[in-house]
Amino acid sequence: MARGRVRVTAPRPFRPAMAWLHAWSGLVVGWALFAVFVTGTASYYRDDITRWMRPELTETAVDPVQAATTAGAFLARQMPDAAGWYVVMPKPEMPATEVHWWKSLEGPFHRALLDPATGETARVRDTRGGDFLYRFHYELSLPPLWGRWIVAICAMVLLVALISGIVTHRRIFADFFTFRRDRSAQRGWLDAHNVVGVLALPFHLMITYSGLVTLAPLLMPWGPQVAYGGDVLRYYAEAGLMPATRMPAGRPGTPPSLGEILARAVRDGGEAPEALLATMPGDAAGTVTAVFEEPHGLAHLHPQIAYDVGSGAEVARTGAAGGATRTGAVMIGLHEAHFAAPALRALFMLCGAMGAATVATGLVLWAVARTPKVAHPAGFGLRLVRILNLGAIAGLPTALAAYFLANRLLPLGLAERAAWETRTFFAAWALTALLCALLPRTRGWPVGLGLAAAAFAVVPVADAVLVGEARFLGFDLAMALLALLLALGARLSLRVPGRLRGASIPEGTARA
Amino acid sequence: MSGRPAIGLVDRLGVAGRVALAAFGGYAVAALAAALLALSLPLPRSEAVSAGTLGSFALMAAAVVWVFAARTLARAALGLGVVAAGLGGGVWLAGGFA
Repeated sequence: MARGRVRVTAPRPFRPAMAWLHAWSGLVVGWALFAVFVTGTASYYRDDITRWMRPELTETAVDPVQAATTAGAFLARQMPDAAGWYVVMPKPEMPATEVHWWKSLEGPFHRALLDPATGETARVRDTRGGDFLYRFHYELSLPPLWGRWIVAICAMVLLVALISGIVTHRRIFADFFTFRRDRSAQRGWLDAHNVVGVLALPFHLMITYSGLVTLAPLLMPWGPQVAYGGDVLRYYAEAGLMPATRMPAGRPGTPPSLGEILARAVRDGGEAPEALLATMPGDAAGTVTAVFEEPHGLAHLHPQIAYDVGSGAEVARTGAAGGATRTGAVMIGLHEAHFAAPALRALFMLCGAMGAATVATGLVLWAVARTPKVAHPAGFGLRLVRILNLGAIAGLPTALAAYFLANRLLPLGLAERAAWETRTFFAAWALTALLCALLPRTRGWPVGLGLAAAAFAVVPVADAVLVGEARFLGFDLAMALLALLLALGARLSLRVPGRLRGASIPEGTARA
Repeated sequence: MSGRPAIGLVDRLGVAGRVALAAFGGYAVAALAAALLALSLPLPRSEAVSAGTLGSFALMAAAVVWVFAARTLARAALGLGVVAAGLGGGVWLAGGFA
């Protein structure tokens, strides 16, 4: 970290050059990265969040063949000539069939949640559940390509920031045991940044690199481009990532019976697949691919078997992946942590939270380190960074709590209910950021974090009053714990101006 | 940031040049390396593609660090240019531009 002096130009000896690179690269992507870390960490509990947000669904045994049959009938009514249907099979803990259908890969993508027994739309409140946070994690609610490129650029810059941060931080071991909270505000923030950064450093490196690997087909298509002449599907098939595909025949065929194909897949695969993907289901050469869960282990490799739509005969299946492909699949597997049992999942969640904390402390440290030591007013750049820090770090938790609250409080029959939940999320974020920006600088953090704490504290209360089921106790306790942590943060931030006064800035100039 | 010497236009342009070189030059080196490895590694074709793609991100990070660590922008550009030319020549020899 650059101390005291502010340089926009890069000094050249290696370590100072890396310190400069670390400070500035971390700053420019920090606000987006904080949101990516927070929503990514929440995504480790994506299914739990979805279950909490669909309280109408209770654990029920499901018949997969019946679910596939009814889903197929529903999809054939909606769009028999679709480019694709996608069916996520119900599970006892999520007993509803999720169906998607689309006319072209450019969209629009339609979705519905069905009752597995009848194939009618399930009587569940309309919500995107944990999927909204999961998609936000890598698309930021922007058009998919834009969002993914932005997140990918942020990830690449983070990789550079991690490398330059490690180079900068020469006493990595000794400093780990150092926390000089009372020396000065800047020291305290630096030590906090170092502790959360170094403690989970292997996780930070792993999650950043593996995140890039998940986006590799978009970012780095040049290998398949030169070696396969751009025929990416052929690369996936040869690598063992997908079954071989075939061209549509261009004439209509027998509509598929998803129930029969699923029954066949259960026999062939030894277990019920977790999803069915129908490609050109109305075409004579269409296929239905059964996607099975990842076998036990780290690699994110879903075995798949493709069947002919009309006859139900096997067309192709995934082959064995080689060492390099498997290495990439293990990276993606580590990123998603589907293999992790509750204790390990909690550890991943803690590491993700430390990633968010590393970004947040780094952003605050950038501003604290550049606060004028004498009674100069802060410049435009510094004030902008402070406002963005507050809006990003205090605004997002408030928005998350508002999203959960909207799920409990919005009328069940509201049109576009799922969209109103996400609108509430963004409105709460924008309003919190605006409020914090307008407050005097000493009030911004206590009010912003206090607001987030209050919003999280209301979530379990709203749930207890409106739903009140014992199975949501764990989720509600987690919300209460978040409220407590944010309240502690608000209390701590109340004390910071006093310490700053002693350490650096005189009262009265501390306004931004 | 008041009370500090103003930062000159030349310095600002130098930083902008390094950022642009790191982004586009770094990506070019990574993309060419991914292509060359896909064509030349002594592995089954799909494996060579996977290996090249996986490694390319580390190369991009290294290229960016080099751009910001080099003494002058011209030196950084020269270093990256030589590497990119070598990789590009390799891809051309391996028939990747055909």
